[in-house]
Amino acid sequence: MSIIECAMGAFQIISLDGSADEEHLPELSTSQMLKMYRDMVLARRLDSWLMRLQRMGRVAIHAPSEGQEAAMVGSAHALETEDWVFPSYREMPVYIARGVPISELLNRQFSNEEDPLHGHDMAVYGSRRYQIIPAPVPVGMQIPMAVGFAMAAKYRGEKAVAITYFGDGATSKGDFHEALNFAGVFKAPVVFFCQNNQYAISCPYSRQTATKTIAEKAVAYGFEGVWVDGNDILACYSATKRAIEKARRGEGPTLIEAFTYRLGPHTTADDPSRYREQAEVEKWREKDPIARFKRFLVRRGLWSEEDDAKLYEEIEEDIKREIEQAERKQPLRPDVIFADVYGSEPWHLAEERDELSRLI
Amino acid sequence: MAVIPLAQAINQALREEMRRDDRVIVMGEDVGRRGGVFLCTEGLYEEFGPDRVIDTPLAESAIVGVALGMAIYGLRPVAEIQFADFIYGGFDQIVSNIAKIRYRSGGQFSAPLVIRAPYGGGVKGGLHHSQSPEAYFIHTAGLKVVIPSTPYDAKGLLISAIRDEDPVIFFEPKRIYRSVKGEVPEGDYTVPIGVSRLVREGSDVSLITYGAMVYECEAAAEKAEKEGISVEVLDLRSLLPFDGEAIIKTVRKTGRPIIVHEAPKICGFGAEIAAFIAEREILSLQSPIIRVAGYDTPFPLVHEHLYLPNERRILDAIRKAISF
Repeated sequence: MSIIECAMGAFQIISLDGSADEEHLPELSTSQMLKMYRDMVLARRLDSWLMRLQRMGRVAIHAPSEGQEAAMVGSAHALETEDWVFPSYREMPVYIARGVPISELLNRQFSNEEDPLHGHDMAVYGSRRYQIIPAPVPVGMQIPMAVGFAMAAKYRGEKAVAITYFGDGATSKGDFHEALNFAGVFKAPVVFFCQNNQYAISCPYSRQTATKTIAEKAVAYGFEGVWVDGNDILACYSATKRAIEKARRGEGPTLIEAFTYRLGPHTTADDPSRYREQAEVEKWREKDPIARFKRFLVRRGLWSEEDDAKLYEEIEEDIKREIEQAERKQPLRPDVIFADVYGSEPWHLAEERDELSRLI
Repeated sequence: MAVIPLAQAINQALREEMRRDDRVIVMGEDVGRRGGVFLCTEGLYEEFGPDRVIDTPLAESAIVGVALGMAIYGLRPVAEIQFADFIYGGFDQIVSNIAKIRYRSGGQFSAPLVIRAPYGGGVKGGLHHSQSPEAYFIHTAGLKVVIPSTPYDAKGLLISAIRDEDPVIFFEPKRIYRSVKGEVPEGDYTVPIGVSRLVREGSDVSLITYGAMVYECEAAAEKAEKEGISVEVLDLRSLLPFDGEAIIKTVRKTGRPIIVHEAPKICGFGAEIAAFIAEREILSLQSPIIRVAGYDTPFPLVHEHLYLPNERRILDAIRKAISF
């Protein structure tokens, strides 16, 4: 499974037809696997709803995750509750897999009075309770943070591992290289999870790097790189589980490249027809990670079409109910723009806040 | 009480805070065995070991970005940028991430960390060892910016910065690291962030300044005194937040404010102080607000004594203000 071993192709457990490599099947109970499947479907349906809500002008912006659910849900299920997540802005399926209720995600999206980010940024979500740092929008900025967090955990002798998510575009940035270099030097307990979805907005993978894989870049920083099929949830789970356990044992960082595809636009503000052919998208739809996992579950007698129809129906009702509730909540007060700038408010902000309240 | 140079006062603050609180970590280029290129971290590696005095790879963005991750974990990192001129490599992390984490997380996370950096000219350091980049950071909500000018303040302000709940950019005037000595008490004390220091009382002209320029202003004030002009000198010490009350007080007293800093004039911090005075105290003014600043050129290697505000240029401004 190391970069050398998988030189012939990305690590895969479930084939397109749903048959499995029995030798590499991870130890997962049926209920765990069904939970993973449910999380993928929930993420896909909520994603689709958010796209529509944005088109209707009801939420500001959304960065869709359609097609990348296996990479995110699979990797997030490999984490323990003590681990910390440093995501980028496309990681909604990770939050769902982490147990964040969709009501919280929708409070954020509607920037209502219960928005955990107080309406201060459009990063999908962040929560101390779920140990998720809200994603910084400038690409790659979360990567050094994750390394620092991991170094601190190591200094304190705690077993927490940091995982950071980013895309292929981020690997062009200095912060990616500086952070991986730090992690190698200090043997930080961190997992770098790159979702190579092959596009940084419009620029294809070939414009980010001349290397065949991103995984191989780990070699230059003195640790292991792993290349996995990002549309295979069990491969993503296994690779991450192994990297997390390795980090927890004090054996340092791992770079995982999940090779996948962004089926949708970069965000609701993007139009992919300007830079790629629909045929290419259709080709990747055939590798849909949710359909593949479903075939696997059905083949093994763990799931049926009836179960599936019921699940979709149930999720649709949940989402509709939560959207209604989130939309009914009060908006944030105007002076929230002055909240959370500093721990205690300096005089110049107090003056500006007073001015605003005098004028509204 | 021991009389020690400014650099040693910094060292004392770090040492005492590290002894008091095991969350305090020092990190940066050459801060370990070498003790820092200006020896501000001398002896810390020997006392606290490599896990708390971390020699890092040469990468400014990761130094501050990693410090942020440590702060989020709950440590109190003090990151050193070897020269303020090199801080731009970490600029994105500082202004987009460190300054904003409290805000963009709705107050769930914060960045209690210090970034120390020697700044300013007068050491024949040339373009990339002499700049004063404070204005870039004062323009950024979420940061605090502090510049001490005495050993006493350096120690007291650095201790305050380490204990602060928000990120503090701590610029140290390197030209006076060794040349300025002063009484520094052993043990715990703090100088509050946001409060200025009245260096010298006077009634005709106010010199509003900070950092190494405090000493040029004092020298100019002495000369002016001989010409019968009474000059007040205010050392701001904190630039964000700054001590607005003290500025108003001195302007009301003298009516002739002159702002002195090493950084270039256009959009330098003097512009903010000038606007602050103009907005609030225009009727107290007896002369235009004058700025004496570094010229709007890159920092020159040769003739830096002509580039930097000096006694002569400050005195010239004082005379202009009086004769207006």
